[in-house]
Amino acid sequence: MVMTRDEKLAKINAHQERVNLIFEKIDTLRLMEKVLTLDNNKILEYIKESGLKGRGGAGFPTYLKWKLAADQKSDVKYVICNADEGEPGTFKDRKILEEQAEKVFTGMAICAKVIGASLGYIYLRGEYNFLVPLLVTKMNVFNDDMKKFGFNFTIDLRSGSGAYICGEETALIESMEGYRGEARNKPPYPAEKGYLGKPTVINNVETLVYCTMIVLNEGKKFKNFGTEISTGSKVFSVSGDADVEGIYELELGMTIQEFVDLFGDGDTKAVQVGGASGFCVPRKKFKETIIGFEGVPTGGSMMLFNSSRSMYHILMNYMEFMQEESCGQCTPCRVGCQQLVKGIQAIKHKKRPASYLDELVKLAKTMRVASKCGLGQSVANPFISIVENFREEIIY
Amino acid sequence: MQSSENIVRKAVKKYGKGRENLLPILQMVRKENNYLSEDQLREIATEMDLSAADVYGVATFYSFMDMQPKGKNIIRICKTITCFMKGKDSIVTALEDALGIKMGETTPDRKFSLLEANCIGWCHKGPAMLINDKVYVELTPEKAIQALEEYR
Ligand SMILES: Cc1cc2nc3c(=O)[nH]c(=O)nc-3n(C[C@H](O)[C@H](O)[C@H](O)COP(=O)(O)O)c2cc1C
Ligand code: SF4
Ligand code: FES
Repeated sequence: MVMTRDEKLAKINAHQERVNLIFEKIDTLRLMEKVLTLDNNKILEYIKESGLKGRGGAGFPTYLKWKLAADQKSDVKYVICNADEGEPGTFKDRKILEEQAEKVFTGMAICAKVIGASLGYIYLRGEYNFLVPLLVTKMNVFNDDMKKFGFNFTIDLRSGSGAYICGEETALIESMEGYRGEARNKPPYPAEKGYLGKPTVINNVETLVYCTMIVLNEGKKFKNFGTEISTGSKVFSVSGDADVEGIYELELGMTIQEFVDLFGDGDTKAVQVGGASGFCVPRKKFKETIIGFEGVPTGGSMMLFNSSRSMYHILMNYMEFMQEESCGQCTPCRVGCQQLVKGIQAIKHKKRPASYLDELVKLAKTMRVASKCGLGQSVANPFISIVENFREEIIY
Repeated sequence: MQSSENIVRKAVKKYGKGRENLLPILQMVRKENNYLSEDQLREIATEMDLSAADVYGVATFYSFMDMQPKGKNIIRICKTITCFMKGKDSIVTALEDALGIKMGETTPDRKFSLLEANCIGWCHKGPAMLINDKVYVELTPEKAIQALEEYR
C-alpha cells in the first residue's frame, strides 16, 4: 500500500481529528470553576478510570501518583510540571506549552486541588527560554484568575540550564533545590518526599493536559482510544527520513508498520522509538510491534531511518549523547557509557575482534541493573536493540 | 558594563538567599556577561552563605553555565542524530568560515562563540540552532550566515 504524501497527510489528519484532545480549544476557566465544586475523590475516580499513564516516558499510572501524594499528611505539597523535554527526537511539549499553556496550568491546578498543594512550578528546559515571556504572561493571568476564584494556588516558572538528566524527576528536584542535577535513590518517591522534602507530584506537560481533558469529559472519551494496557492517545514527535514530520496526536496501540505506512518515506529500515533511551525496531519486526506499553513504550519520540543511513553512526550518536549527559554520579553509568563509546569505535577500527561486541552487550546489561537512575538503566535499550538487529553494520 | 558585585547583589536580592534560588541566581548573573567568572562565583557564595566550592560544583554541572569568557552572542548548533542527518556539518563549516573560527571558539571581537548542543527540540525542522535564546530552523548554509547579520 503506497500512498502519496497528500494521501498520507489526509489520513493522519483524519486520525488526529478523531482523537483531538490535546490541541482542542476549551474554556479552561469554566472548567476550573466546575472543578472547584467537585469532590476530590470524584476527580481521582475519573483519572483512575481513564487508565492514564505518565506521558513523560516512564509510564507510571497517574492516578496512583496523585493518590499517593493526596494520602500524605503534610501542610505543604507541590505540583511540578516537567517541561525539561530533553529526549532526542521529542519536541511535542514545546508545542503544547506554546499553544495550550492554559490547559497545562489547569491540569496542575486540578492536581493541586486533589493533593492539597498551593504552589506549582514549571521546570522548563533552557533551550525553550524563548517561551518564557509568553508563559509568564499567561501564568500571571491564570494566577490572578485562581485568586478571583478564591483558590489558593500559584504557579511559578523555573528554567533549566542544558542538562538532560534534570528531566529525571529526582534530578529535577535536586536542580530546583539549587544542587547539581544528580538523581536520587528511589524510594522515597517524590510523591512522598519531593521538593524541599515535601510530597510532590511531578508530571509531564502532556500528562497534565490529558488530566484536564479527562476531567472535562468526566472520565469518558479518553479511554475510548488505545488498548486495554495503553489506554488513550499520545502526542508523537516524528522526525528523520519521513514523508511527514512534525507533531501528531494519535491513538496508542498502532503497529510500527501502520505508523511507517503513514509517515515513512517508503524505504524505512528502522524506527527508533522513545529517543536515545528507547528501542530500535528493525523492518522485519514492524508488523508485530505495538506502539504502547505492551510493545515499545514511548515518550513520543519517533525517529525514522531509511536504508541510506549507517546504524553505526546512529548508535554512536546516541552513545555519545548518553556519555555527555550522564551525571557521572554512579560508576556503572559513568564508566559504562565511556566504555561503550570506545568499544564500538575499537571494533569498527579493527582494534578489537567482533566478539568484543558480546562483551559490550554484557556491559550494557550490567548497566541496566547496576545504574542508579533511569538514564544509566536505559542505555541498554538502544545499545542492545541496535547491536542485535544490525550487527553487521556495527562491525564492518 | 556593571560591576560584577552589582549583578550578584541584584540577583540575590531579587530571588532571595535560600539555597533553592541558586540556579535562578546563577542564570541571571551568567546572562550579564554570558559567562560566570570565578570572582562572581565567590561573591555568590559569600552572599548566600555557601562554600565557594559548593557553588562552583553546581555551576560546572550545567552545560549552559559557561565558565569561560564567551562572546556576546552564543551560537549552539544541534549535533544530535536528526540534525546530523539533515546536514548539520555543512552548517558548521559555513559558520566556521563566515566567523573565521573553529567549533568551540570565540571570535577575536568577542561578538560570537560557536558551540554544539544536544537535541534542542526542533528535530522535525533540522538542522536547527540557537543564537542566545532565539531559534533558527531548517537551516541552509546561506540561512545560517544570514542569521549572523542580526547580531553584527
Ligand atoms: C534521564 C531521564 C530524563 C527524563 N526526562 C524527562 C523529561 O524531559 N520530561 C518528562 O516529562 N519526563 C522525563 N523523565 C521521566 C521523569 O523522571 C518522570 O518519570 C516524569 O516526569 C513523570 O511524569 P509522568 O508520569 O507524567 O510521565 C526522564 C527520565 C529520565 C530517566
Ligand atoms: S545512572 Fe547515570 S545519570 Fe543516573 S545517577 Fe548514575 S551516573 Fe547519574
Ligand atoms: S536532533 Fe537537532 S533538534 Fe533534535
